[in-house]
Amino acid sequence: MSAIIVDRRETPRGKSGPNRQRLLQRERSAVKEAIEKSLRDNGIKDVTSSASKKIKIRSGSGTKEPVFRHGSGGINERVYPGNKEFRKGDKIPRPQSSDGGGKKGSPDGEGEDDFIFEMSQQEYLNYVFEGLELPDLVKKALSGSDTFVLRRAGFSQDGPPSQLDVLRSMQQSHGRRISLRSSLLKKEKQLLKEKKEIEEKMQAGSASAVDQARLVEIDKELVGIARKKAAVPLFDDMDLRFRRKEKEPVPITKAVMFCLMDVSGSMGDREKDLAKRFFILLGLFLERCYERTEIVFIRHTSEAQEVDEDTFFFSRETGGTVVSTALEKMLEIIKERYAPEEWNIYGCQASDGENYDADSIKCTALLRESLLPITQYFAYIEILEEREMEVIQHDHGGELWTEYLDIVSGHKNFAMRRVAEISHIYPVFRSLFESTGKK
Amino acid sequence: MAMEKQVEPLFTKAEWDFEKIKEVCDACEEIAVKELGLDYFPIQIEIVTSEQMIDAYASTGLPIYYAHWSLGKRFMETAKPYQKGKVHLAYELVINSNPCLVYCMEQNSMTMQAIVIAHAGFGHNAFFKNNHLFRQWTSPDSIIDYMVFARKLLAEYEEKYGVAEVEKVIDACHTLRNHGVDRYSHPPELSVEKEKERRGDRAEQRLREITELYSILPRNIKEDEKGKKDRFPKDPQENILYFIEKFAPELPIWKREVIRIVRKISQYFYPQMQTKVLNEGFATFVHYYTMNRLHEERLITDGSMQEFLLSHTNVVFQPGFDDPRFHGINPYALGFNMFMDIKRICEAPTEEDKEWFPDIAGSDWKKTVLDVVKNYRDESGIRQFLSPALMRDMRLFSMLDDEKDSENFLVTGIHNDDDYHKVRKALADQFDVGLQIPLIEVVNVNRHGDRTLTLHHSVVNNKQLDTNETIEVLDLIESLWEFPVQLVSVHPDGRESMTYGSKKVRDQGVSSDNSNWG
Repeated sequence: MSAIIVDRRETPRGKSGPNRQRLLQRERSAVKEAIEKSLRDNGIKDVTSSASKKIKIRSGSGTKEPVFRHGSGGINERVYPGNKEFRKGDKIPRPQSSDGGGKKGSPDGEGEDDFIFEMSQQEYLNYVFEGLELPDLVKKALSGSDTFVLRRAGFSQDGPPSQLDVLRSMQQSHGRRISLRSSLLKKEKQLLKEKKEIEEKMQAGSASAVDQARLVEIDKELVGIARKKAAVPLFDDMDLRFRRKEKEPVPITKAVMFCLMDVSGSMGDREKDLAKRFFILLGLFLERCYERTEIVFIRHTSEAQEVDEDTFFFSRETGGTVVSTALEKMLEIIKERYAPEEWNIYGCQASDGENYDADSIKCTALLRESLLPITQYFAYIEILEEREMEVIQHDHGGELWTEYLDIVSGHKNFAMRRVAEISHIYPVFRSLFESTGKK
Repeated sequence: MAMEKQVEPLFTKAEWDFEKIKEVCDACEEIAVKELGLDYFPIQIEIVTSEQMIDAYASTGLPIYYAHWSLGKRFMETAKPYQKGKVHLAYELVINSNPCLVYCMEQNSMTMQAIVIAHAGFGHNAFFKNNHLFRQWTSPDSIIDYMVFARKLLAEYEEKYGVAEVEKVIDACHTLRNHGVDRYSHPPELSVEKEKERRGDRAEQRLREITELYSILPRNIKEDEKGKKDRFPKDPQENILYFIEKFAPELPIWKREVIRIVRKISQYFYPQMQTKVLNEGFATFVHYYTMNRLHEERLITDGSMQEFLLSHTNVVFQPGFDDPRFHGINPYALGFNMFMDIKRICEAPTEEDKEWFPDIAGSDWKKTVLDVVKNYRDESGIRQFLSPALMRDMRLFSMLDDEKDSENFLVTGIHNDDDYHKVRKALADQFDVGLQIPLIEVVNVNRHGDRTLTLHHSVVNNKQLDTNETIEVLDLIESLWEFPVQLVSVHPDGRESMTYGSKKVRDQGVSSDNSNWG
């Protein structure tokens, strides 16, 4: 009797995959909680790195496996190895409350450990963005009502001359000509045969006067047939075939995000940092929704500039604050490079709410008349000082805030929020883009 | 100068290949059969990756299992410390089936493969085939087929009733795994054919019987009040899963089938819970004997022997109670020591041994060892064969933790003449599954009223149940039973100390004087 050896290494791996998915499903709420916590505590860096994410979750009620077991207390006698100096009757002080140490280890009281789920970037983001959906996103991205491509779609009997398909038209004409001429040809053939017979009789000298007359008649008829044959046109309207094209809507799969930020002296590092996190989250979200996403950074003091990301976040400027310049700049760039028919345009503005006196009204007008009609979504966040948090409860904020409040009611694609600390970012982001279905 | 016969070692390098594994297996078999006289199932060696090994672990040592989140949890629990490099995967996994499946990991060295083959392929294998518990409780011929059947059936149910529904039933069954076994009667052999037959024709019939059971109207309420006459079941039932499967008033048939599957599988594992020490001890004993013999025969090199000894020493390492590495008694160590000790008592008994073990002192060690394998479980084996010499070696002592003394533990016995019996009994009790798992029995169903299911917990040594967990379990039982479930802790003197209720009981706020709904 000899052993059989089987190599199982090639059998499909990941047998436990489905069970892992079930476990994740089971711990869904705990996982979500853990992810939101990690977003709050660690910031956005976690999100942007493509490394797999380790999520530590407190094993929730979902995956408990309770059994009937003894609790603490009662009388327990256990045997231990490695005695050194104990004698019968010795009393050993009970380890107080800490309960630690292996001494009192019950056989199955292994203690429910926290789980660490390792999930891919993709899985992680699915949780982060779960339930979030940009308003109008589906509508515009899928119907893309403004842009079309023409696709070949068979043939039709009319169309512009440039689309004439010569080969197909010739085939039609050929067929028509054959069918129209076939009876004439048949007749002609018959007449020619008769004519030949009469001519043969004449040569033999046996032709009668009737035959003579018939011959004249035949010639006449043959001329008529030839004329009719010639009258069948090479092309008739009904022969013409044109290549047909249909218009197909093209989904717009491109998005551009404008990050607008006040970099005047009043915006410190903390404010910029908050703004950055917000921008990154939006950027990540767009990245997932569109095939291609571009980001334009516009900073402004009393005048606006398009800059690269580093400059945007790190260089310091001094000067006053004229917010409208940034909006004008955005409009200008859209006109130059991002035709609204081709691009989904998102705007995202961060500021501490200060603005040059009369300018806020100008901003409102710019948004209302020029920007909002062509953008998918425009979000404004006002960054407050930490101590200003109470202010959030009240409605009067910075000048810009007060002005912008007017817009909110009339435009579904405009939203505004206030944040004062890192932990506000994510909830704000969530509520801004809360799935439209919920509302 | 005698020329020694030159023997080529079976292998000299760490890399293994199929040919070498086969040769080693044959060499081990030679020793197992001719020297140890083992009887075992045919062996099937399965070469697996470490991931597959963790997979197999997660399904608690069955190669096939139905889909359930708890296996995902187990996988993560096993994989985590392994991937962190904290622990080595236990290098062997063996399945009590016929043929006996032995898993060898691909990254094991050839020496390790040899140990695994000797340990699992011959040690565990022979234990499975010969130990009376396994013979009575498991059906190695059909377990794999049964698991295939179970997985297919549960997948069908999931299709039909939804994953969540099926999961709910399985969850509830899992909490009662330890209470799904008849400890004193032997289950019939597993057979897929019979299972299918049973499900077909008789299912409806069974359901009718249950309906009848509950439709009998109380003929005379006064008679009912007279006492326990109308108790159902007549005698307490400790197999709670079985009871629910058979007598739950309104459970659809498919749920009864799910209960049955979980019940059958926990039954399969029941002997393993009770023979951890003897089973691991014997397997370790076999690999130790075999590797030593291979070395004596020069079939393995000195280097390989070194590797083996290092690994073996780790396996049977028993840290003392005050060592930070202490996690309770290591069953490999205790079991291995016991078998070595039995061999010693047979071969070279001391006066003390002759006094303590007149039956085995000086007997044929091979026969004696196989007798232990056949007829004992941990509890009875320790009670019978733990010798004073071994207690001294391991410096065992017993300690009492009584809640009444909130200050101190009390040392109740150490390794000396006065206390050997005391310490041995304490250790045997410690490995008595019957004492470690609370005894809970179905004592009554209120058939003519709200169908409340009443369970009794027999309190031993004043040990109460963990309150929160007990209530969670009751809620899960209720999800199966579909009517209120209550549990009463009863002391040996008949005193009832605690009452727990499932959700429906708590909602009703059903009151009895000593109620404490946790």
